[in-house]
Amino acid sequence: MEFSRRETLAMGLGAAVLTALPFRVIAAAEDKIAEFTGGADLADTGVELTAPEIAENGNTVPISVNAPGATAILVLATGNPTPGVATFNFGPGAASQSASTRIRLAGTQDVVAVAKLADGSFAKASAAVKVTIGGCGG
Amino acid sequence: MISRRDFLQVSMAASALVGASGFGNWGRLAAQQSLTQDQLLEFDTFGNISIIHVTDIHAQLKPIYFREPSINLGVGANKGHVPHITGADFRKAYGIADGSPSAYALTYDDFSSLAKGYGRVGGLDRMSTVINAIRADRPDALLLDGGDTWHGSMTCYKTEGQDMVNVMNALKPDAMTFHWEFTLGSDRVNEIVEGLPFAALGQNIFDAEWDEPAELFKPYKFFERGGAKVAVIGQAFPYMPIANPGWMFPEYSFGIRDENMQAMVDEVRAAGADVVVCLSHNGFDVDKKMASVVTGIDVILSGHTHDALPEPVLVGKTHIIASGSNGKFVSRVDLDVRDGQMMGIKHKLIPIFSDVIAPDPVVSKLIDEQRAPYKAELEEVIGQTDSLLYRRGNFNGTWDDLICDALLSEREADIAMSPGVRWGPSLVPGDDITREDIWNVTSMSYGAAYRTEMTGEFIKVILEDVADNIFNPDPYYQQGGDMVRIGGMGYRIDITKPQGERITEMTLLKNGEAIDPAKSYVVAGWASVNEGTEGPQIWDVVENHIKKMGTVSVTPNNSVKVVGA
Repeated sequence: MEFSRRETLAMGLGAAVLTALPFRVIAAAEDKIAEFTGGADLADTGVELTAPEIAENGNTVPISVNAPGATAILVLATGNPTPGVATFNFGPGAASQSASTRIRLAGTQDVVAVAKLADGSFAKASAAVKVTIGGCGG
Repeated sequence: MISRRDFLQVSMAASALVGASGFGNWGRLAAQQSLTQDQLLEFDTFGNISIIHVTDIHAQLKPIYFREPSINLGVGANKGHVPHITGADFRKAYGIADGSPSAYALTYDDFSSLAKGYGRVGGLDRMSTVINAIRADRPDALLLDGGDTWHGSMTCYKTEGQDMVNVMNALKPDAMTFHWEFTLGSDRVNEIVEGLPFAALGQNIFDAEWDEPAELFKPYKFFERGGAKVAVIGQAFPYMPIANPGWMFPEYSFGIRDENMQAMVDEVRAAGADVVVCLSHNGFDVDKKMASVVTGIDVILSGHTHDALPEPVLVGKTHIIASGSNGKFVSRVDLDVRDGQMMGIKHKLIPIFSDVIAPDPVVSKLIDEQRAPYKAELEEVIGQTDSLLYRRGNFNGTWDDLICDALLSEREADIAMSPGVRWGPSLVPGDDITREDIWNVTSMSYGAAYRTEMTGEFIKVILEDVADNIFNPDPYYQQGGDMVRIGGMGYRIDITKPQGERITEMTLLKNGEAIDPAKSYVVAGWASVNEGTEGPQIWDVVENHIKKMGTVSVTPNNSVKVVGA
C-alpha cells in the first residue's frame, strides 16, 4: 500500500465542502435581510452583484457590488454558518457606490447583496457560486 | 441549433445577411465515392475577409484516427440540439449519406471499416497545405488557434511544448487562446508566450492576486483586413484552476467574466471595429449562452468540447463555429464586412483526410525534426489490439476501459478512475499499439497513478460532483469534460436530477455487492489535481499492462445505466 496521506487529506477537504447546507442557515440569512430592511419589499433592479459561477478557491472568492445612489449595501453568504459578510456604507461624498472584497464560502450556495437606495427603497441581487472538487476537465 | 432551412430564413429576414455553407458540396462527394484535394478545398472566395480556425490539436503532429462519440447528451435547453446529437440523428440533421466521407468524419458508426477505406485524418503538414491554399485565395487570411495546442503527446511532454510551438510558428498564426497550455506550469507558459510571434489573447485571463487583467495576455487585437477593422477577442478556458491543477499556475485566475467580455466588445466597437470575432475555449454550450448574454459579437470560433459541426449555429446575431479536434478539421470562414457591419458569412468545415490532402514538405520536414530525438521510443511496438480503441463518449470509451483495467490489475485496486477528458486519438482493430499511441491518450504533466482508500460515500460525492460539471442544466456551470470513467464498479445515473441525486445503484463488479457508504475501498486513478500526488506515471502503468496482454481485446462495457437521456 503506498498511499499519499497528503492526497487523502486534500480530497477529504473537498468532501467537507460539499456537505449539504442545513435549512437554519438559510433562515439566518433571511433574518439578517429583515434586520437590514425592516421587512421592506425588495426590488430586482438597482444593485449589481458580480461573482464567479464556479469558485476557483472556496476560501477566497472575489465578489463585487455596485448600486448607484445607494447609502448602504449588505452582503451575505447564505450558506455559511455565519451568513453576514459585510455592510458597506456610503456617505454623501462617495464618488461611486461600489465595493470589492473576497469572501470564504463553506460550500455551493447563493451569495446575496441587498442595497438601501437613495429613496429609501431596497433592491436585492443574488448569484449562485458553486464550490467543487474539480478535476477531469476536457 | 438552427437547421439549414432556419438558417436561410434568418438570412433572408435580416436582408443584410447572406449565409451560405460549404456543406452541400461535401454531401455530393458521397455519391462520387471518390475524394480529391481540390474537392475538399473547393470554395468560392466570398466577401472581403477570410478566417481560418484550428483548435484543440492536442499536439497531434501526425495523422491519426479519431472516432466521434456515440453518446453526447445535452441537458436543459440544449437537449437534442447540436452538438448533442450523434450517429444516424446527426447524419439525418445534415443530410449525410451512410458510409460517405462526411459520415466517416462526423459520426461514429462503422468506424473501423470506414477507417480502412478513408484512412487517417489530420497531420499538421496536411493542415498547412489547406492553410496555404486558403492564403492563395486570400493572402491576408487570418489564422486563429483556439488552444489546447501545446499538450497531448510524448514529444510535446518531453520538449515542454516546444515541438508544437516550432511547428505552429511555421504555420504563422495571427492569434491564439489557451487551456491545457497552462498545465506546463506558469513559468514555462510565460517563457513561451513572451517569445510568441503572434498575439496571445484572453480577456478572462486575470492576475489572481489583484483580480486585474494579466499583463502578458491581451484581451483583444485589431487586424486591418479587406478594408475593414477586425477585432479578435480571446476567451481562454474559464475553469482552468478547477478542472486542471491550479497549483501549477497560481498567479492566474480565469472565469467566464461575461460582463468583462461585454465591456471589451463595447470597447472595440467604440474604437471602430467593423466586425467582432471571439476566439473561444469556452466549450460549445457555454459559447451559446455567452452569445445570448453578450451583444455585439459577430462570430464565435468555439473550442474545448471538441465538437465538429458542418454549419454555423446562429444565436441572436452571433454565428458559432465548431471546428473539431486533434487536427481532424480546419474551418474556413469568409465574411463580407461593409459599412461597419457584417453583411454575410460563408463557412466550410474542411476534413483533413490525410491520404487525400498532400503534405506540405516544408512542414513534414519540420515535424520529423521534432520527432527525431524520440523516434525509437515513439515507434516501439508494445502490443496489438483486436478492438477499436477510442475515448469519446459521456460515460466510457474502450481506451479508458483498457486504462481502468491496467489500473485495477497493475495497482491491485477494487475500483479504478480515469478522467473524462476528450482528447486522444483512436486505433482500429489489427493496429499495433506503439508507445506513442499510449502517450497520445495519457500524456500530461500530472499523470501520477495514485492508489488510495476511499469510502463508498466519498466515491459517490466524486461521481455526483463530476456529473454536475456535465449535466448541470445551466451551461455556465459545466466544465466541458465527460464523466469520470470507472473500472470495477457499475452505477446508475439519472441525468435529469440535481446534484446529490443523480447517482444510485453503485455496485462493486467483482462480487456484485452494493457499495457500502461506510466501507473503504482501494481506488487507483490518475490525473489528480492535488499537489503532491504520488505514484508511477500512467503511461508506464498502461504500457506494462499491454505488454502482459500482448493482444488487447476490450469487451463491451455495460456497467453504467443511463436514465433521462
